[in-house]
Amino acid sequence: MILENYIILSASLFCIGLYGLMTSPNIIRAFMSLELVFNAINLNFIAFSNFMDGQEIKGQVISIFIIAIAAAEAAIGLALILTIYRNKNTTDTSTIDWLKW
Amino acid sequence: MDFSPEIVLIFLEIFIIVTALGVVLTSKVLEAAFFLSGTLSGLAGIYILLNADFVAAAQIVVYVGAINVLIIFAIMLLQQQLNSNNNLNGIQQLVQPIIPISLFIVFVVIITNTNWPIQSTLATVETTQAIGKHLFTDYLLPFEVVSILLLLALIGAIIIARRDLVVENKKSIIYSPSQLSIESKD
Repeated sequence: MILENYIILSASLFCIGLYGLMTSPNIIRAFMSLELVFNAINLNFIAFSNFMDGQEIKGQVISIFIIAIAAAEAAIGLALILTIYRNKNTTDTSTIDWLKW
Repeated sequence: MDFSPEIVLIFLEIFIIVTALGVVLTSKVLEAAFFLSGTLSGLAGIYILLNADFVAAAQIVVYVGAINVLIIFAIMLLQQQLNSNNNLNGIQQLVQPIIPISLFIVFVVIITNTNWPIQSTLATVETTQAIGKHLFTDYLLPFEVVSILLLLALIGAIIIARRDLVVENKKSIIYSPSQLSIESKD
């Protein structure tokens, strides 16, 4: 009964992150919303591993992998944001259109 | 004065939802970064409630300690007005929240209508020992692949963010080996 509690919390975090990812004009805020989506997925893995796989907790291992990949993604993403700001002098997502046409 | 886990769970859920809404809805980006640190810390508390103490410690160390500080550094480096000015018209701003809200309603309907096969026994194992055993027996190959991926991503981030490798005039894309040396050109 309490599993639904955690999954609904995870779904709400996912939807809030999706809203920020769609609507934010600033690329750093979109990046932070992406971190929210990552954390929602992590919470799902850990909740299911606790309630359905209590003896060998494989979901926690997967969430460790997700945390490591999120760290790599943060390093690459922030380097890209700094390079874009250095070349374009803005972080507005509506002005970044090098690959558009 | 004892706190049962349900009361702590409700408090943490309200805290996480409020701070996550603060990440998306505040006008200043720096405030959004501090709200994000609140969300990540609250999620670490949720992980402790779910018997995942090692993941909670990793969450605090990696997310709050590394990624969030990196985001705040990036915000400090970009010296411009980072306030979000949403330059959309009224109908677009009205339509925008419909997609996440409808998706959330679909999620809630699916979750509450599903019979989850919950085992009655909760996790009683030592989680750190269990994770270590998994990482060095049956998850050994993904562990090594993730370590190589992390190394490559950090080297790639350094190469992307270095100032002397930026193409200035859009005509010389091929780098000479002297440009790859340690001393900077400018």
